[in-house]
Amino acid sequence: MIKAILIFNNHGKPRLSKFYEHYSEDTEQQIIRETFHLVSKRDENVCNFLEGGMLIGGSDYRLIYRHYATLYFVFCVDSSESELGILDLIQVFVETLDKCFENVCELDLIFHVDKVHNILAEMVMGGMVLETNMNEIITQVDSQNKMEKSEAGIAGAPARAVSAVKNMNLPEMPRNINIGDISIKVPNLPSFK
Amino acid sequence: MALKIVKGSIDRMFDKNLQDLVRGIRNHKEDEAKYISTCIDEIKQELKQDNIAVKANAVCKLTYLQMLGYDVSWAAFNIVEVMSSSKFTYKRIGYLAASQCFHESTDVIMLTTNQIRKDLSSPNQYDTGVALTGLSCFVTPDLARDLANDIMTLMSHTKPYIRKKAVLIMYKVFLKYPESLRPAFPRLKEKLEDPDPGVQSAAVNVICELARRNPKNYLSLAPLFFKLMTSSTNNWVLIKIIKLFGALTPLEPRLGKKLIEPLTNLIHSTSAMSLLYECVNTVIAVLISLSSGMPNHSASIQLCVQKLRILIEDSDQNLKYLGLLAMSKILKTHPKSVQSHKDLILQCLDDKDESIRLRALDLLYGMVSKKNLMEIVKKLMLHVDKAEGTTYRDELLTKIIDICSQSNYQYITNFEWYISILVELTRLEGTRHGHLIASQMLDVAIRVKAIRVFAVAQMATLLDNAHLMTGNVQRKGICEVLYAAAWICGEFSEHLENPMQTLEAMLRPKVATLPGHIQAVYVQNAAKLFATLLKNQEGNTDRTAAQETSQLMIDRLPLFVQSANLEVQERASCILQLVKYIQKLQQKDVEVAEEVIALFAGELNPVAPKAQKKVPVPEGLDLDAWINEPPSESESEDEQPKAIFAKEEPKHSRARHTEVDEKELAKRREARKQEQANNPFYIKASPSSQKVYQEAPGVEHIPVVQIDLSVPLKVPGLPMSDQYVKLEEERRQKERVEKKKKEKKKRKEKRGGRGKKHDSGPESEEDITPAHMVDIVTEEMPENALPSDDDDKDPNDPHKALDIDLDNLVEMAGRRPLADSEKLPVRSHRAAEALKSPAEDGDAESPASQEPKKKSSKEKREKKKDKDGDRKKSKDDKKKKKKHKREEKGEDLFGGQADEPVVQSEEISEVAAPPASNAAEVSDLDFWLSNAPVPSNAQEAATLAAEAAPVPEKASGTAPDSEPDEPEETDKKSSKHKKKKQKREKEEKEKKKKKKHHHHHHHSDGGGEESVQNGTVEEEEPLPPMSNYCLLAENSYIKMEIDIQGNLQDGSQVVVSVIFENKCDNFLKTMEFNVLDSLNSKLQRPEGSGPHDGLSVPFQLPPGVSNEARFVFTMQSIVMPQKLKGTLTFIIKNEDSSTHEKLDFKLHFTCSSYLITTPCYSDAFAKLLESGDLKCSSVRLEGVNMPFHHLLARICFHHHFSVVERIDSCASMYSRSIQGHHVCLLVKTSGQTVSIDAKCDEPTLLGNVLDEIKQTFSQC
Repeated sequence: MIKAILIFNNHGKPRLSKFYEHYSEDTEQQIIRETFHLVSKRDENVCNFLEGGMLIGGSDYRLIYRHYATLYFVFCVDSSESELGILDLIQVFVETLDKCFENVCELDLIFHVDKVHNILAEMVMGGMVLETNMNEIITQVDSQNKMEKSEAGIAGAPARAVSAVKNMNLPEMPRNINIGDISIKVPNLPSFK
Repeated sequence: MALKIVKGSIDRMFDKNLQDLVRGIRNHKEDEAKYISTCIDEIKQELKQDNIAVKANAVCKLTYLQMLGYDVSWAAFNIVEVMSSSKFTYKRIGYLAASQCFHESTDVIMLTTNQIRKDLSSPNQYDTGVALTGLSCFVTPDLARDLANDIMTLMSHTKPYIRKKAVLIMYKVFLKYPESLRPAFPRLKEKLEDPDPGVQSAAVNVICELARRNPKNYLSLAPLFFKLMTSSTNNWVLIKIIKLFGALTPLEPRLGKKLIEPLTNLIHSTSAMSLLYECVNTVIAVLISLSSGMPNHSASIQLCVQKLRILIEDSDQNLKYLGLLAMSKILKTHPKSVQSHKDLILQCLDDKDESIRLRALDLLYGMVSKKNLMEIVKKLMLHVDKAEGTTYRDELLTKIIDICSQSNYQYITNFEWYISILVELTRLEGTRHGHLIASQMLDVAIRVKAIRVFAVAQMATLLDNAHLMTGNVQRKGICEVLYAAAWICGEFSEHLENPMQTLEAMLRPKVATLPGHIQAVYVQNAAKLFATLLKNQEGNTDRTAAQETSQLMIDRLPLFVQSANLEVQERASCILQLVKYIQKLQQKDVEVAEEVIALFAGELNPVAPKAQKKVPVPEGLDLDAWINEPPSESESEDEQPKAIFAKEEPKHSRARHTEVDEKELAKRREARKQEQANNPFYIKASPSSQKVYQEAPGVEHIPVVQIDLSVPLKVPGLPMSDQYVKLEEERRQKERVEKKKKEKKKRKEKRGGRGKKHDSGPESEEDITPAHMVDIVTEEMPENALPSDDDDKDPNDPHKALDIDLDNLVEMAGRRPLADSEKLPVRSHRAAEALKSPAEDGDAESPASQEPKKKSSKEKREKKKDKDGDRKKSKDDKKKKKKHKREEKGEDLFGGQADEPVVQSEEISEVAAPPASNAAEVSDLDFWLSNAPVPSNAQEAATLAAEAAPVPEKASGTAPDSEPDEPEETDKKSSKHKKKKQKREKEEKEKKKKKKHHHHHHHSDGGGEESVQNGTVEEEEPLPPMSNYCLLAENSYIKMEIDIQGNLQDGSQVVVSVIFENKCDNFLKTMEFNVLDSLNSKLQRPEGSGPHDGLSVPFQLPPGVSNEARFVFTMQSIVMPQKLKGTLTFIIKNEDSSTHEKLDFKLHFTCSSYLITTPCYSDAFAKLLESGDLKCSSVRLEGVNMPFHHLLARICFHHHFSVVERIDSCASMYSRSIQGHHVCLLVKTSGQTVSIDAKCDEPTLLGNVLDEIKQTFSQC
């Protein structure tokens, strides 16, 4: 079982948090902070597993994470999950995000956290891995987005126009934090079917 | 209209959306909190609007704020509103918000039940999908109960997208509502073989999660998983299955044997490291479960170790880490194979990655031997010096101590070295583990008598240099060591070189800065020292020295009397008064030393840490009962008695048995040892210590003194352990030389010895003799302590409730089928519509699709699913149903037949379809496991098992409601069965059509016609419950019930299932089942056992528990009934004793038990009768007072017949023996008389069967 999925940036700012077990908001923030603390002080080129913090889990739980450019993707899982499998899953997740957002960067996650949630929901459900096939995930996400668009119809048009205008004067929206090395493949690990 | 919408949204389009909110927050970095609070106010306004789009937008923003840590539970009701929007866009926002912030105590959750139900049955698959995803995050027990049935229906949805989600969410439902597990399990199991890989993977996922917590209930699925493992190519699924097997093997060693080969193949063939790693892990688990070293397993271990080495050597740190992790598992059972990779592991200790170093440290634990311990610890000490982070250094420290102290200091040959290591460790700054070092010092000093002189000297040095430890605030943790030092110096003060100096060190004013509990120990042990000093000084002629010592005490103690710590104060004032009194006596020239010494006399023995827990509660003592009247509430608040002395009582101080004299103690110990030695259930102390204990020649003969002299005891500052390493090496060298000399001598004496190899070989473990003859004192345990370590499980574990026996569902349909109360709750109006309750439906359906696929079964399944969906929809919308039907027709390969009634009847025949392969597979787990030749192909095994198809088991249902259908079902099952065998295909088809036709009538006319084929009509009153199991024997401890079934697979085998039920309050174990073989019938015993050996029953029985075991008998001739005498022996184990008991029984093999329910069609039946090969016989039963269908059901049930045809009060029945004899019956009834005409090709068998039938009816 996956207990929690966290995405935060190099400064510990949460970009997505998904807990599959209930915690109070305060505890959740504490867990994010603690996890960030544990993960951020690790060098690159060390292993991607570490024993869980005090707040989340216990002896049966491990944190499995990957670091992409400015973002940490952290999965907290128990011993029923395969460590290398979860690493692959993170890779699939990021690649899916990359496809859905077309060259994903941190800003996409910042402004469209709801979409990230929707993508994640097609991969992991209630703490269990639902789908690992990227094409299948993308198909489902796309057709749901299509449905959303068709529902918006004419009513959605003005809102879209407005948000386009709003987005135009955005000095603070450089897309320079692009996740360049996103296509790093796990060595020796052919993606799951 | 459209214009109005546009206008509405233009009004709102300047509301902040999520992007605006995020942007705003980013632009207000300085006053973020303030900005957000204004945003929340805006959101509150927006939520008051009627426009759902506005609400959804607001909820979307709230979800974001929730992530930032803001409590948004106040908007729960609005979230529910958004969830119930008809638009997918808003619905999705609502469900996302709900999944992020709803939990069990959210009260509005109960309002969502109907909305979720509606969404689940929505025609739009994404509505359903979103609802399922949301529900998976916030499902509560109530929701689970109310929706379980709806979700279960979705498990058979046409769309794989919905199916996989529904399957996955069932796990959450089970957790919250465990009662749903039994009814849903058959369908879940069916999904393991779903055509869609996603659904299959989901089902595997769920079952693996379930099985991880309660593996024993899922053992029967092993064959199915085995098949999946050998056929699946999906790595996710494979990994899950392989992990599951890892959990199952400890329960069933035979499974492990079967797994080794395919797993080894996978290890060799796979390129995916993740899969390889899990395979290795499971192989390790298997090897652990098969700990009895079978010869060919060393190859598997070698393979694993070799593969792990590759992982560890890999440049990928992740693989390195996992390799080490798996290595540590092997280490537990096969330390030898890991030890050969010592070089690699030591290398990992230098890795830059801390996680890897820690894993390597774990492994070191098993790498040490007497020979290399010093070397390894030296290396670790170097790391301790280099380590920067305190956590890693602390970890190193604990590891060093763990490694050295493991299994009773087994590997330590030189305790002086160990003490100096401990002393060196005290130099560490900022460690938290001072108490650990302290307890090691205490332990060694107390248990290793020979080392006390040395230890005391070292501790005295420590006390002298105490300022080094107390000076720095950072070093607080380490001053715990002083606690041990003071205690050791006090307790063993007779060994002190210069007690006066130590006493002064202990009474320095600086001591007052130490923590209270350490000061207390100082004071107490100063008194002990004082006693020793007095004794020494009184021996001298000069009395002044003694008086000076007393004066010193009187001068220094007042400092402690003023201590804020109660414990210190109390002890100090006590001792101060004592010393003052002594001083008075001294002034009168009275010799007091002996009396003062007596205060502290008596030997201390270490007590096992669990000793207290293990003292059995004496009978009649109720620990919960109040001794006095309970105090009133208010009182208990005022006084907090615990806080005052808590922690002050040092945990190392041991109770003294001064009142029991030494002799008495020794006597008792001897008696206890004797008793323990005789008691087979007593876990003995580790052999090494035991041996040492017995062989120790006594303290006087310890050859340690000379070496002691060569050690510079008073190194200024602190000692160096390295010196001991050198010394030790020298010592060993010397020993070796001496040994060689001796050997040479011996050789000379022998004259002809060619013992070249003796001295050239490396020094072996045994050659190293410890420097000290170590008297390691074993820890004391209370008398009659319980040996078992009962670690209590977490009572809050939700998985406990899921410990449900699922085997009965399929394995023995007769034993515990779903009771009415177990069915999932259904809304009442639906129940009226549905023919059967869906739960029952699901139960019966599940096996259908387990049947090996052939021909059209796939299409049928498709259709069935359509119908499932259909049935559901019909409740909502009839129009849609019609439309759907049309679609379905397109798919339907059978073409135009598909009008409704026929479809329905077919569906029912589908429902009743046999569990063919399934039942066989599962019920015969034992066969699957014990089959000597491992089928190379799992599929082959499955088909083999399918052919066996012990259909009779199916006919033994006891649930009153399912009983009337029994014969009918059996018949149809068989039709499928034969079809599978591809026999008489033509006939078959005709038959089927006919049957469909009948069913058609059956349903439309309500079964009122004159000729009802295949047994009973539903209107007839239900049968009383029947059970195949009859009592075999019982006494006050155990009850045995048996059922005997023929085995179609092998014409000479009969399977006897015995239920053992523990009736007493004690544990039953080591049950052995034995039967005296006759010429004709033999109990099958495992290869290699004698003809009179009993078979051990593969389980133990806790009180009140029953379990079933199966035994196979081989029969030569089956025409006569047989009786075999047998005995069951077992051990009753209660708290303090165990007794052997036995129970004799007589196994009665009736001729009916050789019959196997085999269906037959009326035309085949007619042909058989016409053939003329059969002998005739008949019997009349008088006074049978029961309905005809009951009578038939009884014959079917007890004698394994099936009804061929029934017309009014006349029926033909058929059965076949395991050796292929045909038995035909014609049963007629008129009034209370029943006449049975029978034909069979074996007259003796027939006669006996008829006698048995007669017997059956005479009993009732």
